Amino acid sequence: MAMTEASPAVVLPEEQHPLLRFLAGAWSWLFLIALLIFFESWARAVYGVSFLLNGLNVQSILVYAALPLLLGLGQTYVIISGGIDLSVGFVMGLAAVIMARVMQQLTDLPPGLALGCGLMAAFLVALIPGLINGWLIAQLRVPAFIGTLGMFGVARGAGFLAANGTTVPVNNPWLFEMGNGKLLGVPLPVVITLVALLALHYVLAQTRFGQYTYAIGGNRMAAARAGVNLRRHTMMIYLISAGCAGVAGMVYTARFSAGAAQAGEPLLLDSIAAVVIGGASLFGGSGTIMGTVIGALIIAVIQYGLVFINVEPFWQFVAVGVVIIVSVLVDQSQSRLRGELPDAE
Amino acid sequence: MPSEAAGAPILSVQGITKRFGGVQALTQVSFELAAGEVLALAGDNGAGKSTLIKCISGVHQPDEGEIRYKGQPVSFAGPRQARDLGIETIYQDLALADNLDVGANVFLGREPARRYLGLLPAIDRRQMRAAANEVLKQLEIEIAPAKLTKPVRTLSGGQRQAVAIGRAIYWQAEILIMDEPTAALGVPEQRKVRELIMRLKAKRVAIIFISHNLQDIFAVSDRILVLRRGRAAGERRIDVTDHDEIVKLMVGADL
Repeated sequence: MAMTEASPAVVLPEEQHPLLRFLAGAWSWLFLIALLIFFESWARAVYGVSFLLNGLNVQSILVYAALPLLLGLGQTYVIISGGIDLSVGFVMGLAAVIMARVMQQLTDLPPGLALGCGLMAAFLVALIPGLINGWLIAQLRVPAFIGTLGMFGVARGAGFLAANGTTVPVNNPWLFEMGNGKLLGVPLPVVITLVALLALHYVLAQTRFGQYTYAIGGNRMAAARAGVNLRRHTMMIYLISAGCAGVAGMVYTARFSAGAAQAGEPLLLDSIAAVVIGGASLFGGSGTIMGTVIGALIIAVIQYGLVFINVEPFWQFVAVGVVIIVSVLVDQSQSRLRGELPDAE
Repeated sequence: MPSEAAGAPILSVQGITKRFGGVQALTQVSFELAAGEVLALAGDNGAGKSTLIKCISGVHQPDEGEIRYKGQPVSFAGPRQARDLGIETIYQDLALADNLDVGANVFLGREPARRYLGLLPAIDRRQMRAAANEVLKQLEIEIAPAKLTKPVRTLSGGQRQAVAIGRAIYWQAEILIMDEPTAALGVPEQRKVRELIMRLKAKRVAIIFISHNLQDIFAVSDRILVLRRGRAAGERRIDVTDHDEIVKLMVGADL
């Protein structure tokens, strides 16, 4: 900690330059807008069509963003508290497989009831790894990276075992409707994600639970001394993350009418990337749900947009990777502006 | 409370002994403290200063001896209990969450609640901000209004110290225990904290403060209790002692 300031009031560089402060605070929004302008101009110049004014494109991007965003919502809580949850991708896959398996067994029931049982099973089975993660990290003080890395393997294996190594198809009209239907023109997976994000945004921004999540990430000891129950709170955070993974598993099974253990494998990094691009620090203490939403949208726009303009799909990985690195650099330069980081050697 | 009468100690510690396994950390330490009095704890590293304040603040439970608070014998199961009764400790690392603003830190763990749309539970940030502002004004702590809504890491060391103290005062601390409050500060900031201690004293807050800095000790305290190897090596009123005597008590040299 730099405590050597002689003057009582520290003047931040960002306070001297309002423009700089604005850019630092809003860069992810600006970046998203820049991306959209880029793809829009490309589409008009090369194909003579609009990118954004095409309802199908917008819908596809939102559906595309839904799954990584669902994982990212829980991940936001975890990362703000100073942890990380590497298990979410395979917890999502496990939930998807269990849901499909349960529904396969219940074909005699009315489809609505079978779907209800499947959703319940997916949610409950997702909470188990969350409970174990929370117990390892909160109670046994296992580092989050290690504890959830172990659970990454366990959930992966359990998912493939439960699926017998293949995908598990389900034939249920209600399920299909949940994954492909619309409410007021909005795809149901997007609606589900929207409900989850509004609820989790509210809790994080307005309630004591949210406040303590920030406090734990900022200074664990301060939070503990202030009476925050670290164990219970940490446990709850990993349960929220696993619950989000469970919902993502449900949406996956609904969209594809099948459960697959590897369903969430590529989404883990996207979920962390969304949180980081959204302005959270991996050291904990900062981040917002709205930031994560922007992060997930940026990733989805890049991925979808590059396909749209006919770039080889592998460039998506490169582009998203570059954005992650740039976002961390932006975050660090902001910290440096605030004098929180020593200058580079 | 009749114990507020002049001279009656707010805190009385009698014969406190604390062992950790085979290590005798404190042996038969006694002292008294009155409201509005500042007691400095001096002593070398490992003399038992920290153990003593932890016994008072409820972190440790003494093996022997008695603590009386406002005339009543007390025994604290944990720091929370001591704090609820008005014994607040400000630790070296300040116990502030650097990423939260002043109001959030003042209220951390005790946020005022309101109903969002008359329905959902939410924390009342406006009230937190207003109350934080109030307590800072009361203690004549100057923080630019723009900084009040910024994370406290943007404040100077002295301001952060002041926020920690402000929190204790807001929650009606009657005894304030400060562990090296000026250790991490530059000279002008040290002076500000010393001024703050004098203001708290004027508000009849009893203060126990640990310091290595004899300048500080002589500047603000009424009495000095010197610990050496877990025992009280001597207790002196500030007006009848000097640096040399205190140093001698600390190192155990013959007088």
